[in-house]
Amino acid sequence: MTHEVIMAGFGGQGVMSIGQLLTHAGMEVGLNVSWYPSYGPEMRGGTAFCHVIVSDEFIGSPLVTSPTDLIIMNRPSLDKFEQTAASGASVFVNSSLIDREVKRDDIKAYYIPANDIANRLGNVRVANMVMFGAFLACTGIAPVDVVELCFKEMLGPSKAHMIDVNRKALREGMKLVDK
Amino acid sequence: MAQKVLIKGNEAIGEAAIMAGCRHFFGYPITPQNEVAEYISKRMPEAGGCFLQAESELAAINMVYGAAGAGARVMTSSSSPGISLMQEGISYIAASELPCLIVNVMRGGPGLGGIQPSQADYFQATKGGGHGDYRLVVLAPSTIQEMIDLIVEGFDIADQYRNPVMILADGMLGQMMEPVVLEPKKRIERQLPAKDWATTGCDGSRPRNVINSLFMIPEQLEQRNLILIDKYKRIEQNEVQYQSIDIEGSDVVLVAYGTMARIARTVAKKAKELGISVGILRPITLWPFPYDAVAAIGDMPNVKAVFSIEMSAGQMVEDIKLGINGKKPVYFYGRTGGMIPSPNEILDYICDVLEVR
Amino acid sequence: MSIIFERPRSLTDKPFHYCPGCTHGLVHRLVAEVIDELDIQANTIGVEPVGCAVSAHDYFDIDMQEAAHGRAPAVATGIKRVWPDKVVFTYQGDGDLASIGMAEIVHAAARGERITTIFINNAIFGMTGGQMAPTSLLGQVTTTSPHGRDAGSAGYPIRVSELLATLQGAAYVARVSVHDVKNIARAKRSIKKAFTTQIEDKGFSIVEVLSTCPINWGMTPADSLKWLQDNMIPYYPLGELKVDGEGVINR
Repeated sequence: MTHEVIMAGFGGQGVMSIGQLLTHAGMEVGLNVSWYPSYGPEMRGGTAFCHVIVSDEFIGSPLVTSPTDLIIMNRPSLDKFEQTAASGASVFVNSSLIDREVKRDDIKAYYIPANDIANRLGNVRVANMVMFGAFLACTGIAPVDVVELCFKEMLGPSKAHMIDVNRKALREGMKLVDK
Repeated sequence: MAQKVLIKGNEAIGEAAIMAGCRHFFGYPITPQNEVAEYISKRMPEAGGCFLQAESELAAINMVYGAAGAGARVMTSSSSPGISLMQEGISYIAASELPCLIVNVMRGGPGLGGIQPSQADYFQATKGGGHGDYRLVVLAPSTIQEMIDLIVEGFDIADQYRNPVMILADGMLGQMMEPVVLEPKKRIERQLPAKDWATTGCDGSRPRNVINSLFMIPEQLEQRNLILIDKYKRIEQNEVQYQSIDIEGSDVVLVAYGTMARIARTVAKKAKELGISVGILRPITLWPFPYDAVAAIGDMPNVKAVFSIEMSAGQMVEDIKLGINGKKPVYFYGRTGGMIPSPNEILDYICDVLEVR
Repeated sequence: MSIIFERPRSLTDKPFHYCPGCTHGLVHRLVAEVIDELDIQANTIGVEPVGCAVSAHDYFDIDMQEAAHGRAPAVATGIKRVWPDKVVFTYQGDGDLASIGMAEIVHAAARGERITTIFINNAIFGMTGGQMAPTSLLGQVTTTSPHGRDAGSAGYPIRVSELLATLQGAAYVARVSVHDVKNIARAKRSIKKAFTTQIEDKGFSIVEVLSTCPINWGMTPADSLKWLQDNMIPYYPLGELKVDGEGVINR
């Protein structure tokens, strides 16, 4: 089992965070994991993305060149990464912000109105967790309670007040995908 | 076994240094290694040590020289253009036989270049870099866990031989995260000599200590060089490290270090699906270079070709050719400027050379 | 019979190699006398420059480190951060400190690094054979300003003490001269104050010592002392610019 994931969006949409969350959760369930970010000027508001590999085999290159899964938070990221997806890949599209559908017919698209759901929950910043919830339900990489422990740890005491809304967002996202 | 934690390469460098007993760090900001100094600026005071942001890389390496001469375990960290600026100081440190650790998280060059991963500083690290006949011990980790191990060992090697040690990493290893155990895997027992040469203030109970690399009389300077050359020979005899993966009976051997060795593993896996057996030789010490291990490949009947794969225009390939000594064809595949070769393009090149598919 | 004059304990018995009439030896002696009087020989680590004093470790009977050109304040910083309770000083010329090493001296002073710098200003590069220094005076003939230093092309001489005195981290800044006995005595008092400033943990300290270079100036030692007095002191006024971190005009 190997998932090679690219998560992409505007800087600030939390793609690095959900990438680390997946990496952390994968580690906790005993898989080999790696996380590699885009770095440099992209961090300041451009397209940010990270490469995450979760596998029960040794991880060679941490670079993802043909992703098995894409979590796409904005339109420029869809334009940039759709063509790179492996045949049969799952593509999670933030349909709140992306005004087009996936063009390829050899990949499976999931349209998630992540920003709308996050807004409904009272904090647009958890849109990333809605997307992640959908991805998690679809892939079943880690049990939800492990993921929740991981983001509790990652948020730390200073952001403890964010735990509840993140949990809700994760579960809303999971509900959207019927595996 | 101790618990695994997820850590960024650059942060692991900082934690490993503290683990190794390093209590002095001098550095200057440059991407993609900034998390090293950021991490150490937080952790070093907790460990009772000194973090100082220098006014330049020139100042930073000379602070390292001062602190190393005063007997401290000390390090600096930078990336390619910053390491270029440090070369004068590194030559002085090597000439004065001072132990210290220098981390180069390489980025694309030449010139100001870019900030993406590269291995284009191989020549600079292994062939001298600064002026004069001197050598750095150059260690090239390929995983974050190994980076931790080699930093701890690197400080010991530096102290044992009174020689600067360089950790040659790249932007990918610095920026990526993977699980590690925050303790060195195995610590080889080394006899570390007392630093009785350090400038600590002389109360007359020992001869005065002078840290110096100026010798105006050629006979004396040559004597100094002979002492260094003798030491470098001992290091070449004792300190070569490499990893062989599935070389016996393989059709081709990829030689790669650091990030490229990880990519080589993926290439080998994909090649197997095509019926090509790929062995990997991964130099861990780039100086001293594992020439003998490379030479042994030259005598393996099954091996049709040897490939050096690098993020450079072809640097380590020269050492591989020296080691193979004409006994096998040696090919090179590399990308430059921060481009990372993908496993598929390397595999395509191998297939082209072998005329398969 | 009593001894009325002897070599300071902090100097070795090696004869100075400096040129006839050069004031380096004299300043070495003043520094050594101060080290003796403060009884810090066993506690003091010196950093020598690239320049005529490159082999100062032959003369100072203390632990020393040779620095690359201009980097003595960085080297001293490294030593001091390892041994905060020791006394660390740099001994630098004007090419070393004011040209290639300007960044290091400014930042050591700005950090209030607890080190002492003895800065020899003789308005010329001595060791390399008399080239123009940042401190060479306008009109001064050197091997790289054969028609005299021209402001239009080479700019103006730098007043290092005034520049460093503006920095908050600099606790003691003084300019002295060694062209006559009275000034030599004052120079020694300033050097002692500079070391005391460090020992009392008050901040960075520097003493700029106006000095001569008879060989490269092309003068006799006696004429050199007069040239210093007539030409350098008007441009580089003597006195303490800062004491205990406070700006003073004490001239």
